Amino acid sequence: MIQSMPFLLVVLPFAVLFGVVASNAGLDLAKIAGFSLLVLAGASQFTALQLIGDHASMVLIIVSALAVNLRLAMYSAALVPWLGATSPRQRALVAYLLIDQTYALSLREFEENPQLSLRQRLAYFCGTAALLCPLWVLATLVGATAGNAIPDSWALDFAVPITFLAMIAPMLRTPAHIAAALVSVLASLAFAFLPSGLGLLVAAPLAMATGAGVEILTERLRPQVEAPNV
Amino acid sequence: MSDLQIWTVIIALGLGTYLIRWSFLGAIGHRPIPLWVERLLRYTAVGVLPAMIAPLVVWPAATAGAPDPARLTAAAVTLVVGVLSRNTLAAIVTGGATLFAMLAWIG
Repeated sequence: MIQSMPFLLVVLPFAVLFGVVASNAGLDLAKIAGFSLLVLAGASQFTALQLIGDHASMVLIIVSALAVNLRLAMYSAALVPWLGATSPRQRALVAYLLIDQTYALSLREFEENPQLSLRQRLAYFCGTAALLCPLWVLATLVGATAGNAIPDSWALDFAVPITFLAMIAPMLRTPAHIAAALVSVLASLAFAFLPSGLGLLVAAPLAMATGAGVEILTERLRPQVEAPNV
Repeated sequence: MSDLQIWTVIIALGLGTYLIRWSFLGAIGHRPIPLWVERLLRYTAVGVLPAMIAPLVVWPAATAGAPDPARLTAAAVTLVVGVLSRNTLAAIVTGGATLFAMLAWIG
């Protein structure tokens, strides 16, 4: 729980911002609470909110926001060796509390201390979530209440682009990630003439395929580059 | 959008997200992910999020779609700080500060 505290610095402002933007978009407290409690995944909540504002179709909103959350499947798989032996009920709880931060903290802890018992691992995971998850929900409600008091001159329309950019930038670690992001940007601008949100559905798969393709290419190139000159 | 539609989105998104999280821990278990699926999953966030915001940055609704120097500069600063510092919060703060400064300066 203590080790999760630095993450509060990221999670809390992000949550407040979601509340502010959501209430400015006309969502009431119940809906904002519903979003945070039921979805509990910031980037996809912002995605859905943005597309609701764009008057995209419901199917499109749901598909796009779920696509943002597909990475959670990777987390789920990564935790199987460590928590897969817990009871079905415990795994159901772990699944609900599985967010970027609880995943990152727990995986590091489990790998550094492989001698931990199953019980200790479960306790550690729940500890990371104990502070982060409830405070995420509470902070979105704080933002929701404060949201109406914020004047238009604050240019809140741009809070979502800035937040997303700030989330994407640290992910640009490899040539494959950079190539994927680049294709994502270019394709979304090229297909912007499509009805709202559809451009995203064309751009995202293209970008993902690009990332995977570049990854395969770099893997193939690596042995040649590192091979000693004979 | 009507209340009913928004609640439908929230509930569908909640259920779908939960199933994604539960997938391997609950249902698929120890079976490994095929390599090509794992590759695509790695690029979901960098594939979806930039596509989401690129049009918002270039053609912001607040200026009726006209490219806006203040917003473009703020976006560039956010990206550069984020890449260099690897710190989301630092990028948000400097990006936001740049936006305010530019809006105050240009008016």
